[in-house]
Amino acid sequence: MFVACFVAPLCVLIALSLSKDANIASFTAANYAKFFGDSFNYAILLETLLLGVKATLVCLVFGYPIAWICARCGARLQSIIVFLVILPILTSVVVRTFAWIVILGRQGIINQVWTSFGFEPLRLLYTEVGVVMVLAQVQMPLMVLPILTVLSRMDPNLADASRALGAGEWRTLFRVTLPLSLPGVIAGCILTYTACITAFVTQTLIGGARLIYMPLNIYQQAIGANNWPFAAALSVIFMVAVLIIVGVLNAVGRRSETYGRA
Amino acid sequence: MAAPRTALDLEALSLRAAFAVLAAIAMVFLIGPTIVVLLTSFTPSESLRFPPSGLSLRWYWALLDADQMQRAAWSSLVVAFWTTLVAVVLGTAASLAIARSQSKWVGATDVLFMSPLLLPALAFGFAALVFISRLGFSPSIPFLIAGHVIVCVPFVLRTTTASLTQLDPSLLDASYSLGGSWWMTFRRVTLPLIAPGVGSGAFLCFMASFDNVPVSLFLSDERTEMLPIHLWQQIDTNLDVRTAAVSGVIVILTLVLMLIAERMAGLTRQLAR
Repeated sequence: MFVACFVAPLCVLIALSLSKDANIASFTAANYAKFFGDSFNYAILLETLLLGVKATLVCLVFGYPIAWICARCGARLQSIIVFLVILPILTSVVVRTFAWIVILGRQGIINQVWTSFGFEPLRLLYTEVGVVMVLAQVQMPLMVLPILTVLSRMDPNLADASRALGAGEWRTLFRVTLPLSLPGVIAGCILTYTACITAFVTQTLIGGARLIYMPLNIYQQAIGANNWPFAAALSVIFMVAVLIIVGVLNAVGRRSETYGRA
Repeated sequence: MAAPRTALDLEALSLRAAFAVLAAIAMVFLIGPTIVVLLTSFTPSESLRFPPSGLSLRWYWALLDADQMQRAAWSSLVVAFWTTLVAVVLGTAASLAIARSQSKWVGATDVLFMSPLLLPALAFGFAALVFISRLGFSPSIPFLIAGHVIVCVPFVLRTTTASLTQLDPSLLDASYSLGGSWWMTFRRVTLPLIAPGVGSGAFLCFMASFDNVPVSLFLSDERTEMLPIHLWQQIDTNLDVRTAAVSGVIVILTLVLMLIAERMAGLTRQLAR
Protein backbone atom coordinates (compact mmCIF):
# COMPACT_ATOMS: atom_id res chain seq x y z
CA MET A 1 0.00 0.00 0.00
CA PHE A 2 2.66 2.43 1.11
CA VAL A 3 4.98 1.12 -1.57
CA ALA A 4 2.32 1.72 -4.20
CA CYS A 5 1.70 5.25 -3.03
CA PHE A 6 5.24 6.38 -2.44
CA VAL A 7 7.61 4.34 -4.56
CA ALA A 8 5.45 4.14 -7.68
CA PRO A 9 5.23 7.93 -8.15
CA LEU A 10 9.00 8.13 -7.79
CA CYS A 11 9.46 5.46 -10.48
CA VAL A 12 7.13 7.32 -12.82
CA LEU A 13 9.09 10.47 -12.05
CA ILE A 14 12.34 8.82 -13.08
CA ALA A 15 10.73 7.49 -16.25
CA LEU A 16 9.38 10.93 -17.06
CA SER A 17 12.75 12.55 -16.51
CA LEU A 18 14.15 10.27 -19.21
CA SER A 19 11.47 11.01 -21.79
CA LYS A 20 11.00 13.63 -24.47
CA ASP A 21 7.52 14.83 -23.59
CA ALA A 22 4.87 14.33 -20.92
CA ASN A 23 3.60 11.13 -22.55
CA ILE A 24 6.61 8.98 -21.67
CA ALA A 25 6.71 7.54 -25.17
CA SER A 26 10.34 7.67 -26.19
CA PHE A 27 13.37 7.77 -23.96
CA THR A 28 16.21 10.24 -24.09
CA ALA A 29 18.85 11.64 -21.81
CA ALA A 30 18.32 15.14 -23.16
CA ASN A 31 16.88 16.51 -19.93
CA TYR A 32 19.95 15.51 -17.99
CA ALA A 33 22.23 16.77 -20.72
CA LYS A 34 20.36 20.09 -20.55
CA PHE A 35 20.95 20.29 -16.82
CA PHE A 36 24.63 19.50 -16.89
CA GLY A 37 25.19 21.56 -20.01
CA ASP A 38 23.83 24.70 -18.41
CA SER A 39 25.94 26.34 -15.73
CA PHE A 40 22.91 28.29 -14.50
CA ASN A 41 21.13 25.14 -13.32
CA TYR A 42 24.34 23.75 -11.97
CA ALA A 43 24.92 26.89 -9.93
CA ILE A 44 21.42 26.68 -8.45
CA LEU A 45 22.05 23.15 -7.23
CA LEU A 46 25.36 24.16 -5.66
CA GLU A 47 23.85 27.27 -4.08
CA THR A 48 21.07 25.16 -2.57
CA LEU A 49 23.45 22.56 -1.16
CA LEU A 50 25.68 25.31 0.28
CA LEU A 51 22.71 27.12 1.76
CA GLY A 52 21.91 23.96 3.69
CA VAL A 53 25.48 23.74 5.01
CA LYS A 54 25.42 27.34 6.26
CA ALA A 55 22.04 27.05 7.94
CA THR A 56 22.96 23.69 9.49
CA LEU A 57 26.18 25.12 10.95
CA VAL A 58 24.29 28.04 12.50
CA CYS A 59 21.82 25.54 13.98
CA LEU A 60 24.65 23.46 15.39
CA VAL A 61 26.49 26.38 17.02
CA PHE A 62 23.35 27.65 18.73
CA GLY A 63 21.48 24.40 19.13
CA TYR A 64 24.21 22.41 20.89
CA PRO A 65 24.39 24.76 23.89
CA ILE A 66 20.62 24.58 24.32
CA ALA A 67 20.72 20.79 24.36
CA TRP A 68 23.76 20.80 26.64
CA ILE A 69 22.13 23.08 29.19
CA CYS A 70 18.79 21.33 28.84
CA ALA A 71 20.33 17.92 29.56
CA ARG A 72 21.68 19.30 32.84
CA CYS A 73 18.37 20.69 34.03
CA GLY A 74 15.78 19.06 36.25
CA ALA A 75 12.91 17.20 34.62
CA ARG A 76 10.47 20.08 35.00
CA LEU A 77 12.71 22.77 33.58
CA GLN A 78 13.76 20.37 30.87
CA SER A 79 10.23 19.86 29.65
CA ILE A 80 9.65 23.63 29.66
CA ILE A 81 12.74 24.15 27.49
CA VAL A 82 11.74 21.35 25.11
CA PHE A 83 8.27 22.85 24.94
CA LEU A 84 9.71 26.24 23.97
CA VAL A 85 12.06 24.64 21.46
CA ILE A 86 9.35 22.70 19.65
CA LEU A 87 6.85 25.55 19.72
CA PRO A 88 8.33 27.18 16.62
CA ILE A 89 8.46 23.97 14.61
CA LEU A 90 4.81 23.26 15.27
CA THR A 91 3.52 26.70 14.43
CA SER A 92 2.98 26.90 10.72
CA VAL A 93 6.06 27.56 8.58
CA VAL A 94 4.18 30.28 6.75
CA VAL A 95 3.44 32.02 10.03
CA ARG A 96 7.05 31.83 11.18
CA THR A 97 8.32 33.14 7.90
CA PHE A 98 5.78 35.92 8.03
CA ALA A 99 7.09 36.90 11.46
CA TRP A 100 10.55 37.21 10.00
CA ILE A 101 9.30 39.50 7.26
CA VAL A 102 7.99 41.81 9.97
CA ILE A 103 11.37 41.60 11.73
CA LEU A 104 13.72 41.82 8.76
CA GLY A 105 11.85 44.21 6.46
CA ARG A 106 12.97 47.76 5.68
CA GLN A 107 10.64 49.06 8.37
CA GLY A 108 11.22 45.98 10.51
CA ILE A 109 12.42 45.77 14.06
CA ILE A 110 16.09 45.26 13.23
CA ASN A 111 16.16 48.21 10.89
CA GLN A 112 14.25 50.42 13.34
CA VAL A 113 16.93 49.82 15.94
CA TRP A 114 19.72 50.06 13.37
CA THR A 115 18.55 53.34 11.82
CA SER A 116 17.94 54.87 15.23
CA PHE A 117 21.71 54.78 15.65
CA GLY A 118 21.93 56.82 12.46
CA PHE A 119 22.96 54.03 10.07
CA GLU A 120 21.60 53.35 6.61
CA PRO A 121 18.85 50.70 6.59
CA LEU A 122 20.17 47.17 6.11
CA ARG A 123 19.02 44.90 3.35
CA LEU A 124 18.12 41.64 5.04
CA LEU A 125 15.03 40.49 3.24
CA TYR A 126 15.75 38.96 -0.17
CA THR A 127 19.39 38.27 0.75
CA GLU A 128 21.11 35.03 1.50
CA VAL A 129 22.00 36.15 5.02
CA GLY A 130 18.31 36.58 5.70
CA VAL A 131 17.45 33.18 4.28
CA VAL A 132 20.13 31.46 6.38
CA MET A 133 18.96 33.25 9.53
CA VAL A 134 15.34 32.33 9.03
CA LEU A 135 16.09 28.73 8.03
CA ALA A 136 18.22 28.34 11.14
CA GLN A 137 15.38 29.51 13.35
CA VAL A 138 12.76 27.45 11.56
CA GLN A 139 14.76 24.20 11.67
CA MET A 140 16.67 24.57 14.95
CA PRO A 141 14.41 22.14 16.89
CA LEU A 142 15.43 19.34 14.52
CA MET A 143 19.00 19.88 15.68
CA VAL A 144 18.30 20.29 19.38
CA LEU A 145 16.11 17.21 19.93
CA PRO A 146 18.46 14.43 18.71
CA ILE A 147 21.44 15.99 20.53
CA LEU A 148 19.37 16.29 23.70
CA THR A 149 18.38 12.61 23.42
CA VAL A 150 22.00 11.51 23.22
CA LEU A 151 23.24 13.91 25.89
CA SER A 152 20.60 12.91 28.41
CA ARG A 153 21.42 9.23 27.90
CA MET A 154 25.13 9.82 28.41
CA ASP A 155 26.68 8.67 31.64
CA PRO A 156 27.45 11.86 33.61
CA ASN A 157 30.25 9.98 35.37
CA LEU A 158 32.32 10.14 32.19
CA ALA A 159 32.48 13.92 32.25
CA ASP A 160 33.08 13.87 36.00
CA ALA A 161 35.90 11.38 35.52
CA SER A 162 37.50 13.61 32.93
CA ARG A 163 37.40 16.56 35.29
CA ALA A 164 38.63 14.49 38.23
CA LEU A 165 41.60 13.51 36.10
CA GLY A 166 42.43 17.15 35.70
CA ALA A 167 40.98 18.05 32.34
CA GLY A 168 39.40 21.48 32.26
CA GLU A 169 35.82 22.11 31.27
CA TRP A 170 36.62 23.04 27.68
CA ARG A 171 38.87 20.05 27.27
CA THR A 172 36.17 17.79 28.70
CA LEU A 173 33.68 19.25 26.27
CA PHE A 174 35.82 18.74 23.20
CA ARG A 175 37.45 15.46 24.17
CA VAL A 176 34.64 13.65 26.01
CA THR A 177 31.17 15.14 25.71
CA LEU A 178 31.27 16.22 22.07
CA PRO A 179 32.69 12.96 20.65
CA LEU A 180 30.23 10.91 22.68
CA SER A 181 27.31 12.97 21.49
CA LEU A 182 28.42 12.78 17.87
CA PRO A 183 25.67 10.33 16.82
CA GLY A 184 23.09 12.85 18.01
CA VAL A 185 24.91 15.68 16.27
CA ILE A 186 24.99 13.73 13.00
CA ALA A 187 21.31 12.79 13.28
CA GLY A 188 20.50 16.44 13.96
CA CYS A 189 22.61 17.57 11.01
CA ILE A 190 20.88 15.14 8.64
CA LEU A 191 17.42 16.30 9.70
CA THR A 192 18.28 20.00 9.69
CA TYR A 193 20.14 19.83 6.41
CA THR A 194 17.44 18.00 4.48
CA ALA A 195 14.78 20.27 5.96
CA CYS A 196 16.74 23.43 5.10
CA ILE A 197 17.44 22.68 1.47
CA THR A 198 13.86 21.67 0.76
CA ALA A 199 12.20 24.49 2.72
CA PHE A 200 10.32 25.87 -0.23
CA VAL A 201 8.13 28.40 1.59
CA THR A 202 10.92 30.01 3.57
CA GLN A 203 13.28 30.12 0.62
CA THR A 204 10.80 31.80 -1.69
CA LEU A 205 9.28 34.24 0.80
CA ILE A 206 12.54 35.43 2.33
CA GLY A 207 14.71 34.91 -0.73
CA GLY A 208 12.26 36.57 -3.08
CA ALA A 209 12.23 36.01 -6.82
CA ARG A 210 15.90 36.73 -7.43
CA LEU A 211 17.40 34.12 -5.14
CA ILE A 212 16.46 30.88 -6.85
CA TYR A 213 17.03 27.61 -5.09
CA MET A 214 16.36 24.09 -6.29
CA PRO A 215 12.78 23.66 -5.00
CA LEU A 216 11.65 26.91 -6.60
CA ASN A 217 13.44 25.92 -9.79
CA ILE A 218 11.52 22.63 -9.90
CA TYR A 219 8.26 24.41 -9.18
CA GLN A 220 8.83 27.02 -11.87
CA GLN A 221 9.70 24.40 -14.46
CA ALA A 222 6.71 22.23 -13.55
CA ILE A 223 3.98 24.81 -13.12
CA GLY A 224 5.36 28.00 -14.66
CA ALA A 225 7.06 26.66 -17.78
CA ASN A 226 4.98 23.48 -17.89
CA ASN A 227 8.11 21.55 -18.81
CA TRP A 228 7.33 18.37 -16.91
CA PRO A 229 10.17 16.17 -18.15
CA PHE A 230 12.79 18.76 -17.26
CA ALA A 231 11.19 19.37 -13.86
CA ALA A 232 11.27 15.61 -13.32
CA ALA A 233 14.96 15.49 -14.22
CA LEU A 234 15.62 18.36 -11.79
CA SER A 235 13.71 16.52 -9.05
CA VAL A 236 15.66 13.33 -9.63
CA ILE A 237 19.01 15.14 -9.60
CA PHE A 238 18.04 17.00 -6.45
CA MET A 239 16.90 13.82 -4.73
CA VAL A 240 20.06 11.96 -5.68
CA ALA A 241 22.18 14.84 -4.35
CA VAL A 242 20.27 14.79 -1.07
CA LEU A 243 20.59 11.01 -0.80
CA ILE A 244 24.34 11.15 -1.38
CA ILE A 245 24.78 13.76 1.34
CA VAL A 246 22.55 11.85 3.77
CA GLY A 247 24.47 8.66 2.94
CA VAL A 248 27.82 10.28 3.66
CA LEU A 249 26.59 11.80 6.93
CA ASN A 250 25.10 8.45 7.89
CA ALA A 251 28.38 6.66 7.27
CA VAL A 252 30.17 9.22 9.42
CA GLY A 253 27.50 8.72 12.07
CA ARG A 254 27.98 4.95 12.08
CA ARG A 255 31.72 5.34 12.48
CA SER A 256 31.22 7.77 15.34
CA GLU A 257 28.94 5.28 17.07
CA THR A 258 31.59 2.59 17.11
CA TYR A 259 34.04 5.22 18.28
CA GLY A 260 31.69 6.06 21.14
CA ARG A 261 31.47 2.43 22.20
CA ALA A 262 35.18 1.75 21.99
CA MET B 1 27.11 17.58 39.92
CA ALA B 2 29.83 17.64 42.50
CA ALA B 3 32.79 18.95 40.59
CA PRO B 4 36.00 18.36 42.51
CA ARG B 5 37.16 21.84 41.65
CA THR B 6 36.66 25.10 43.44
CA ALA B 7 33.68 27.22 42.51
CA LEU B 8 35.86 30.03 41.21
CA ASP B 9 37.25 28.02 38.33
CA LEU B 10 37.80 30.46 35.52
CA GLU B 11 37.72 27.81 32.84
CA ALA B 12 34.51 26.22 34.04
CA LEU B 13 33.02 29.67 34.31
CA SER B 14 34.00 30.64 30.80
CA LEU B 15 32.44 27.49 29.34
CA ARG B 16 29.21 27.97 31.28
CA ALA B 17 29.12 31.64 30.29
CA ALA B 18 29.78 30.94 26.62
CA PHE B 19 27.13 28.23 26.49
CA ALA B 20 24.64 30.26 28.48
CA VAL B 21 25.07 33.24 26.16
CA LEU B 22 24.74 31.12 23.02
CA ALA B 23 21.72 29.29 24.39
CA ALA B 24 20.11 32.53 25.51
CA ILE B 25 20.58 34.09 22.07
CA ALA B 26 19.19 30.94 20.52
CA MET B 27 16.14 30.94 22.77
CA VAL B 28 15.36 34.59 21.96
CA PHE B 29 15.92 33.74 18.32
CA LEU B 30 13.52 30.78 18.61
CA ILE B 31 10.71 32.40 20.57
CA GLY B 32 11.04 36.00 19.38
CA PRO B 33 9.30 35.69 16.02
CA THR B 34 6.26 33.99 17.52
CA ILE B 35 5.87 36.78 20.05
CA VAL B 36 6.37 39.43 17.38
CA VAL B 37 3.59 37.92 15.26
CA LEU B 38 1.24 37.70 18.23
CA LEU B 39 1.80 41.32 19.24
CA THR B 40 1.62 42.63 15.68
CA SER B 41 -1.73 40.95 15.14
CA PHE B 42 -3.30 43.11 17.86
CA THR B 43 -2.36 46.35 16.14
CA PRO B 44 -5.14 48.88 15.62
CA SER B 45 -3.43 50.48 12.61
CA GLU B 46 -3.35 49.59 8.92
CA SER B 47 0.34 48.83 8.75
CA LEU B 48 2.47 46.01 10.08
CA ARG B 49 4.63 47.95 12.46
CA PHE B 50 6.31 46.58 15.51
CA PRO B 51 5.81 47.49 18.27
CA PRO B 52 2.12 48.14 17.54
CA SER B 53 0.76 51.53 18.48
CA GLY B 54 -1.92 50.01 20.68
CA LEU B 55 -3.91 46.88 21.27
CA SER B 56 -7.15 46.07 19.52
CA LEU B 57 -9.04 43.10 18.20
CA ARG B 58 -9.90 44.97 15.02
CA TRP B 59 -8.19 42.57 12.63
CA TYR B 60 -9.56 39.54 14.40
CA TRP B 61 -13.07 40.90 13.82
CA ALA B 62 -12.12 41.48 10.18
CA LEU B 63 -11.43 37.75 9.89
CA LEU B 64 -15.11 37.04 10.43
CA ASP B 65 -15.80 38.56 7.01
CA ALA B 66 -12.87 36.94 5.23
CA ASP B 67 -14.77 34.21 3.39
CA GLN B 68 -11.86 33.00 1.30
CA MET B 69 -9.64 32.69 4.31
CA GLN B 70 -12.32 30.80 6.24
CA ARG B 71 -12.91 28.37 3.39
CA ALA B 72 -9.17 27.74 3.10
CA ALA B 73 -8.91 27.18 6.85
CA TRP B 74 -11.84 24.75 6.76
CA SER B 75 -10.42 22.65 3.92
CA SER B 76 -7.04 22.54 5.66
CA LEU B 77 -8.69 21.32 8.85
CA VAL B 78 -10.71 18.66 7.03
CA VAL B 79 -7.67 17.36 5.16
CA ALA B 80 -5.53 17.39 8.31
CA PHE B 81 -8.26 15.47 10.18
CA TRP B 82 -8.54 12.68 7.59
CA THR B 83 -4.79 12.55 7.10
CA THR B 84 -4.26 12.06 10.81
CA LEU B 85 -6.94 9.38 11.02
CA VAL B 86 -5.51 7.34 8.13
CA ALA B 87 -1.89 7.92 9.17
CA VAL B 88 -2.53 6.80 12.75
CA VAL B 89 -4.21 3.55 11.66
CA LEU B 90 -1.57 2.78 9.02
CA GLY B 91 1.37 3.98 11.08
CA THR B 92 0.39 2.01 14.19
CA ALA B 93 -0.21 -1.13 12.16
CA ALA B 94 3.11 -0.73 10.40
CA SER B 95 5.08 -0.13 13.57
CA LEU B 96 3.43 -3.16 15.24
CA ALA B 97 4.51 -5.25 12.27
CA ILE B 98 8.02 -3.79 12.33
CA ALA B 99 8.38 -4.33 16.06
CA ARG B 100 7.20 -7.94 15.93
CA SER B 101 8.99 -9.10 12.83
CA GLN B 102 12.52 -10.41 13.11
CA SER B 103 13.24 -10.51 9.40
CA LYS B 104 16.27 -8.70 8.07
CA TRP B 105 14.01 -6.70 5.77
CA VAL B 106 12.73 -4.79 8.77
CA GLY B 107 15.60 -2.35 8.66
CA ALA B 108 14.95 -1.62 5.01
CA THR B 109 11.22 -1.14 5.57
CA ASP B 110 11.96 1.24 8.39
CA VAL B 111 14.19 3.35 6.15
CA LEU B 112 11.59 3.26 3.40
CA PHE B 113 8.85 4.54 5.72
CA MET B 114 11.10 7.29 7.05
CA SER B 115 12.33 8.42 3.65
CA PRO B 116 9.49 10.89 3.02
CA LEU B 117 10.98 12.91 5.88
CA LEU B 118 14.37 13.10 4.20
CA LEU B 119 13.50 13.40 0.52
CA PRO B 120 12.47 16.80 -0.80
CA ALA B 121 8.71 16.96 -0.25
CA LEU B 122 8.33 19.21 -3.26
CA ALA B 123 9.84 16.55 -5.50
CA PHE B 124 7.45 14.00 -4.02
CA GLY B 125 4.48 16.33 -4.56
CA PHE B 126 5.45 16.72 -8.18
CA ALA B 127 6.04 12.97 -8.57
CA ALA B 128 2.58 12.28 -7.14
CA LEU B 129 1.00 14.74 -9.57
CA VAL B 130 2.81 13.09 -12.49
CA PHE B 131 1.74 9.68 -11.21
CA ILE B 132 -1.97 10.37 -10.85
CA SER B 133 -2.15 12.20 -14.15
CA ARG B 134 -0.48 9.18 -15.81
CA LEU B 135 -3.24 7.06 -14.32
CA GLY B 136 -5.75 9.43 -15.88
CA PHE B 137 -6.94 11.20 -12.74
CA SER B 138 -6.80 14.86 -11.92
CA PRO B 139 -5.90 16.29 -8.50
CA SER B 140 -8.68 16.05 -5.94
CA ILE B 141 -9.20 15.92 -2.19
CA PRO B 142 -8.78 12.12 -1.76
CA PHE B 143 -5.46 12.23 -3.60
CA LEU B 144 -4.42 15.23 -1.56
CA ILE B 145 -5.17 13.31 1.63
CA ALA B 146 -3.24 10.27 0.35
CA GLY B 147 -0.25 12.50 -0.44
CA HIS B 148 -0.39 14.07 3.00
CA VAL B 149 -0.56 10.63 4.61
CA ILE B 150 2.66 9.59 2.87
CA VAL B 151 4.62 12.57 4.13
CA CYS B 152 3.03 12.58 7.60
CA VAL B 153 3.08 8.87 8.44
CA PRO B 154 6.75 8.97 9.58
CA PHE B 155 5.78 11.08 12.59
CA VAL B 156 3.29 8.48 13.83
CA LEU B 157 5.66 5.66 13.02
CA ARG B 158 8.55 7.19 14.88
CA THR B 159 6.81 7.92 18.16
CA THR B 160 4.84 4.65 18.10
CA THR B 161 7.92 2.53 17.40
CA ALA B 162 9.74 4.33 20.21
CA SER B 163 7.02 3.44 22.71
CA LEU B 164 6.77 -0.14 21.40
CA THR B 165 10.45 -0.73 22.08
CA GLN B 166 9.83 0.30 25.68
CA LEU B 167 6.99 -2.20 25.97
CA ASP B 168 7.95 -5.19 28.08
CA PRO B 169 7.18 -8.32 25.99
CA SER B 170 6.56 -10.39 29.13
CA LEU B 171 3.39 -8.34 29.64
CA LEU B 172 2.09 -9.67 26.33
CA ASP B 173 3.11 -13.22 27.24
CA ALA B 174 1.29 -12.84 30.53
CA SER B 175 -1.85 -11.76 28.73
CA TYR B 176 -1.66 -14.66 26.26
CA SER B 177 -1.00 -17.24 28.96
CA LEU B 178 -4.00 -15.95 30.89
CA GLY B 179 -6.10 -16.81 27.84
CA GLY B 180 -6.34 -13.40 26.20
CA SER B 181 -6.80 -13.42 22.43
CA TRP B 182 -4.56 -11.36 20.15
CA TRP B 183 -7.21 -8.67 19.78
CA MET B 184 -7.94 -8.62 23.50
CA THR B 185 -4.23 -8.30 24.29
CA PHE B 186 -3.84 -5.50 21.77
CA ARG B 187 -6.84 -3.60 23.06
CA ARG B 188 -6.29 -4.06 26.78
CA VAL B 189 -2.50 -4.26 27.10
CA THR B 190 -0.59 -2.97 24.09
CA LEU B 191 -2.78 -0.05 23.13
CA PRO B 192 -3.02 1.59 26.57
CA LEU B 193 0.74 1.29 26.98
CA ILE B 194 1.66 2.79 23.63
CA ALA B 195 -1.15 5.36 23.64
CA PRO B 196 1.12 8.29 24.61
CA GLY B 197 3.40 7.50 21.66
CA VAL B 198 0.50 7.15 19.24
CA GLY B 199 -1.06 10.33 20.63
CA SER B 200 2.09 12.42 20.21
CA GLY B 201 2.53 11.03 16.72
CA ALA B 202 -1.05 11.89 15.82
CA PHE B 203 -0.55 15.41 17.09
CA LEU B 204 2.67 15.94 15.11
CA CYS B 205 1.02 14.41 12.06
CA PHE B 206 -1.96 16.76 12.33
CA MET B 207 0.27 19.82 12.60
CA ALA B 208 2.45 18.67 9.70
CA SER B 209 -0.53 18.08 7.47
CA PHE B 210 -2.18 21.36 8.41
CA ASP B 211 1.05 23.15 7.59
CA ASN B 212 1.95 21.27 4.42
CA VAL B 213 2.65 23.38 1.35
CA PRO B 214 4.78 21.31 -1.08
CA VAL B 215 2.32 18.43 -1.51
CA SER B 216 -0.81 20.60 -1.45
CA LEU B 217 0.71 22.84 -4.07
CA PHE B 218 0.60 20.04 -6.61
CA LEU B 219 -2.30 17.86 -5.48
CA SER B 220 -5.11 20.25 -4.58
CA ASP B 221 -7.65 20.97 -7.31
CA GLU B 222 -8.42 24.46 -8.59
CA ARG B 223 -11.47 24.94 -6.41
CA THR B 224 -9.97 24.09 -3.05
CA GLU B 225 -7.37 26.35 -1.54
CA MET B 226 -5.41 25.28 1.50
CA LEU B 227 -4.77 27.75 4.30
CA PRO B 228 -0.94 27.79 4.22
CA ILE B 229 -0.93 28.30 0.47
CA HIS B 230 -3.53 31.04 0.70
CA LEU B 231 -1.49 32.76 3.41
CA TRP B 232 1.69 32.34 1.42
CA GLN B 233 0.16 34.04 -1.58
CA GLN B 234 -1.24 36.79 0.64
CA ILE B 235 2.19 37.46 2.08
CA ASP B 236 3.78 37.37 -1.35
CA THR B 237 1.38 39.83 -2.96
CA ASN B 238 -0.06 42.22 -0.40
CA LEU B 239 1.01 42.21 3.20
CA ASP B 240 -2.16 43.00 5.05
CA VAL B 241 -2.74 42.88 8.74
CA ARG B 242 -5.42 40.20 8.45
CA THR B 243 -2.57 37.79 7.67
CA ALA B 244 -1.10 38.68 11.04
CA ALA B 245 -4.46 38.02 12.69
CA VAL B 246 -4.75 34.58 11.07
CA SER B 247 -1.19 33.90 12.17
CA GLY B 248 -2.18 34.94 15.67
CA VAL B 249 -5.09 32.50 15.61
CA ILE B 250 -2.80 29.70 14.37
CA VAL B 251 -0.18 30.43 17.04
CA ILE B 252 -2.77 30.43 19.82
CA LEU B 253 -4.43 27.23 18.56
CA THR B 254 -1.04 25.53 18.26
CA LEU B 255 -0.20 26.51 21.82
CA VAL B 256 -3.52 25.18 23.11
CA LEU B 257 -3.13 21.91 21.19
CA MET B 258 0.45 21.57 22.42
CA LEU B 259 -0.64 22.03 26.02
CA ILE B 260 -3.34 19.41 25.54
CA ALA B 261 -0.84 17.02 23.93
CA GLU B 262 1.60 17.68 26.77
CA ARG B 263 -1.07 16.94 29.38
CA MET B 264 -2.47 13.85 27.71
CA ALA B 265 0.60 12.26 26.17
CA GLY B 266 3.64 13.92 27.72
CA LEU B 267 4.66 15.31 24.35
CA THR B 268 8.00 16.76 25.44
CA ARG B 269 9.04 13.48 27.06
CA GLN B 270 8.14 11.60 23.89
CA LEU B 271 10.27 13.87 21.76
CA ALA B 272 13.30 14.18 23.99
CA ARG B 273 13.67 10.46 24.39
